Amino acid sequence: MSLIELTAAQLRDGLAAGRFSAQEITQSLLERIERVDRSVGAFLRMSPDAALAQAAASDQRRAAGRCLSPLDGIPVALKDVLCTAGEPTTCSSRMLANFVPPYDATVVRKLREAGLVLLGKTNLDEFAMGNSTENAALGTTRNPWDARRVPGGSSGGSAAAVAARMVPWAIGTDTGGSIRQPAAFCGTVGLKPTYGRVSRFGVVAFASSLDQVGPLARTAADAALLLEVIAGPDPQDATSAPVAVEPYSRTVAEPLESLTLGVVREQFGAGLDAEVGAAVERAIGTFQALGGTIREVTLPHSGYGVATYYLIASCEASSNLARYDGAHFGYRTDEAAMGRAVADQQRQQGADAADDDGDSGLLRMYRQTRAEAFGPEVKRRIMLGTYALSAGYYEAYYLKALQVRRLIRQDFDAVFGQVDLLIGPTTPTAAYCAGEKLDDPLAMYQGDLYTATANLAGIAGLSLPCGFTRSGLPIGVQLLAPAFHESRLLRAAHHYQQRTDWHTRTPELS
Amino acid sequence: MNGTPYTTVIGLEVHVQLKTRTKLFCRCSTAFGAAPNTQTCPVCIGLPGSLPVMNRQAYVLALKTALALHCDIPACTKWDRKNYFYPDLPKGYQISQFDLPMSRDGYLDIGDPQGRFPDRRVRILRAHLEEDAGKSMHDEVAGRADSRIDLNRAGTPLLEIVTHPDLRSPEETKAYLTELKLLLSYIDVSDCNMQEGSLRVDANVNLHLPSPSGTIATPIVEIKNMNSFRAVERALAFEAARQYQVWQETGRKLGDVPKQTRGWDDQAQVTRAQRHKEESSDYRYFPDPDLVPVRVTPAEIDAARAALGELPAALRDRLVTTYALDRYDADVLVNQGRPLVDYFEQVAAQCQDPKRASNWIQQDVLRTLNERGIGIAEFAVAPPVLAELLRMVGSGTLDTMRGRQVLQQMVDTGSDLATAIAALGITEMSDEALVTLCRELLAANPKIVADVKNGKQQALGALIGQARKRNPNADPTRVRKVCAELIEEM
Repeated sequence: MSLIELTAAQLRDGLAAGRFSAQEITQSLLERIERVDRSVGAFLRMSPDAALAQAAASDQRRAAGRCLSPLDGIPVALKDVLCTAGEPTTCSSRMLANFVPPYDATVVRKLREAGLVLLGKTNLDEFAMGNSTENAALGTTRNPWDARRVPGGSSGGSAAAVAARMVPWAIGTDTGGSIRQPAAFCGTVGLKPTYGRVSRFGVVAFASSLDQVGPLARTAADAALLLEVIAGPDPQDATSAPVAVEPYSRTVAEPLESLTLGVVREQFGAGLDAEVGAAVERAIGTFQALGGTIREVTLPHSGYGVATYYLIASCEASSNLARYDGAHFGYRTDEAAMGRAVADQQRQQGADAADDDGDSGLLRMYRQTRAEAFGPEVKRRIMLGTYALSAGYYEAYYLKALQVRRLIRQDFDAVFGQVDLLIGPTTPTAAYCAGEKLDDPLAMYQGDLYTATANLAGIAGLSLPCGFTRSGLPIGVQLLAPAFHESRLLRAAHHYQQRTDWHTRTPELS
Repeated sequence: MNGTPYTTVIGLEVHVQLKTRTKLFCRCSTAFGAAPNTQTCPVCIGLPGSLPVMNRQAYVLALKTALALHCDIPACTKWDRKNYFYPDLPKGYQISQFDLPMSRDGYLDIGDPQGRFPDRRVRILRAHLEEDAGKSMHDEVAGRADSRIDLNRAGTPLLEIVTHPDLRSPEETKAYLTELKLLLSYIDVSDCNMQEGSLRVDANVNLHLPSPSGTIATPIVEIKNMNSFRAVERALAFEAARQYQVWQETGRKLGDVPKQTRGWDDQAQVTRAQRHKEESSDYRYFPDPDLVPVRVTPAEIDAARAALGELPAALRDRLVTTYALDRYDADVLVNQGRPLVDYFEQVAAQCQDPKRASNWIQQDVLRTLNERGIGIAEFAVAPPVLAELLRMVGSGTLDTMRGRQVLQQMVDTGSDLATAIAALGITEMSDEALVTLCRELLAANPKIVADVKNGKQQALGALIGQARKRNPNADPTRVRKVCAELIEEM
């Protein structure tokens, strides 16, 4: 069996048994990337030499009996929204195309400290805004199962890389479904941990109250392993929760207790693709076969989830992205050209025309910088958020959204009083074609229908493969758990994967 | 009203830099004067991905201040983002507090012992924490105008203390600022150095004019750029006069025009309209999702209140009641700061003569401190020594003039009391020597002797001066007594 086919757990065992070296693993993956990433486009940047050097160092540690962790030497890919010291971190935006952070995100530091090999940075929707990775300014990523289709997003590069066997696992971020949705589209496992479970320090912010870092992997067992590495409170993130990390890699294989799974009535209504619905129904049947009890529940306010999510996320984003103004770092418009344009304008319109009070050189620089370096979706959300926070609209939009957010949270609280987990579709449809929804943002936003409420409530969610459409596209089933019950989520997913083989299928790529 | 046909109405926003070792949301140093951009990190320069974590010490100092200002302290306060674009604001927003400030509804009492304005309770609307911005430096570099930003100050904790519009004159405003600064120094929460920017004052001012149909208010103007208390006083006086003139010319009332911001030009001694930084002042405040609410328990509040120590107002009252000082003296001592009051109390207790201690400290000690530009901690004469000196003066062992010389000698040489006395040649005259001296004086002044014999006792005074001239150690009281006795015997 080729090394690229092995899960992270298998790589761990093989490394421990001395069956292969970290360098061999990295070399195999680099060759795989070399061969298939031209058609997938998962990676924005990689540095084969640096990766091989890390692998060589890992092999030396192992030979000396000084492994940093059992995972020492296993490669991982990072969504290019996590800061890596001394290496570009672009968010797939022209704004940060040349930005090199001087520090590591806490998650990156933890990965390094565990000895993982940082293989490269993966593509995403610009600043993680999108669910198709089509809003990426610095690369194009396609679905490994069908190159005409999108990989989902915003962690589309990470999901595609894992699905295409270019890396055993990867790190993504999930603000409204950005781990789970691409995981479903690409046929991988994707876990959005509880808000506060994983540090956000060094993760370029999209919407601070919703963003969460999590693993994408082929199996729930691998996701458990990776979560164990990256989770935990962080003194550098005030919103990280002081809750002890569980030994997920051990608890994941524990026997499945008699679970009660809630099926949310609202999630099987209009808008759900029939094939997706059928696959999810079969998955529910599998959980019943595993001893689960199924109970129909209702989340009465979930219909407001998408609107609420887009208001809150856009409001926070409009503020979070204010720092990209050309003054301190990142892209700045060509000021010489700007000066010439102003001079031309003055010649045509008279001396004071371009330099009145409201249009100083500074404001012009801000405006031009942001106009040139942000993509249309980012601009759309900044405008939406700015509007919703403005005097006179704040109460009607932002404040109202906060109130609905509380109701959505209360819905989940009530439901989790009755059931252990919720089960339902991750996405309304399987992967759609590139360009299909680009001109219809609202249709695109509906893709977050089943995922965004978990972010609003701050609870944990996981998507795992549960079937394929007739045209061969993966389908994802979503499990949701109460806050800080990732172990329950992972265990249920693991036992499902023991019974099914959806996750073992590999897309044909050449 | 100083005879003006209007009342000046003033409210203040004072930004106080809190004396924390590190910044409000990162661990960078707050020390003043370092080379530009050397006290920065990813957090305070707003690099992507960086996150703020609150420095609890800033909250503790803010809490102390708010309690000293008699404010209510909510059990829970939160952080908000104030969004605007400016180059000295690297994140594009300032972390501040909007609708749930850490304190509100307090007051500070001011008064003037000389009675130039009535005692007044200035109500504090709120005091809230926020981070400072960086500093823009507009320089001529390589022959062209260039702007540079120093972010050392960005993220320094500020407490913004906002009053109601309760002040009625520039003098009252100065008194409020002086009292506030004194309070802050007593509780040791700020350096209050206006030059270094650790205390910044913005004033809102307008006029109330009486009219048959009720009071007319002129448009409110915010004044910035005042770099000293004196500048505040002058700017307000100028602005009041300017507004009255504008009102006479235009008749514009509050609400007729938008609020204007004017800057004080200290050179020209005028306020000038400032160009608005941003067209709208819609800061789109919303709760900062990177930070968690700050909670404080009643026990923590009680402990902070207990640790405040005696505040200036209470201290003045105590000096008046305990030492029978008058209000003016208590004011002078207390306004010099707690160390001087401590010095006074030690001297007063040890010499058993508070009034004399107060006088000597206000005149002789303070003069020396001012002349030498030192604080009481560096003053060469320790409280027990001054107390002993004052006891000698009080008992007549030393007369006041000799006492002053002795104090000056100790200040100049750092010597102890006995050495200073010896160095000045001060010894007690023996009875024989004194009698001999007096006989000589009487022999030389038959006219005085005659006057005294005729009942003019006060004529003896002239002899004392002569005695001192012949021997500086001659004690005036004894000279008077011996001379009177000798004349009696004649």
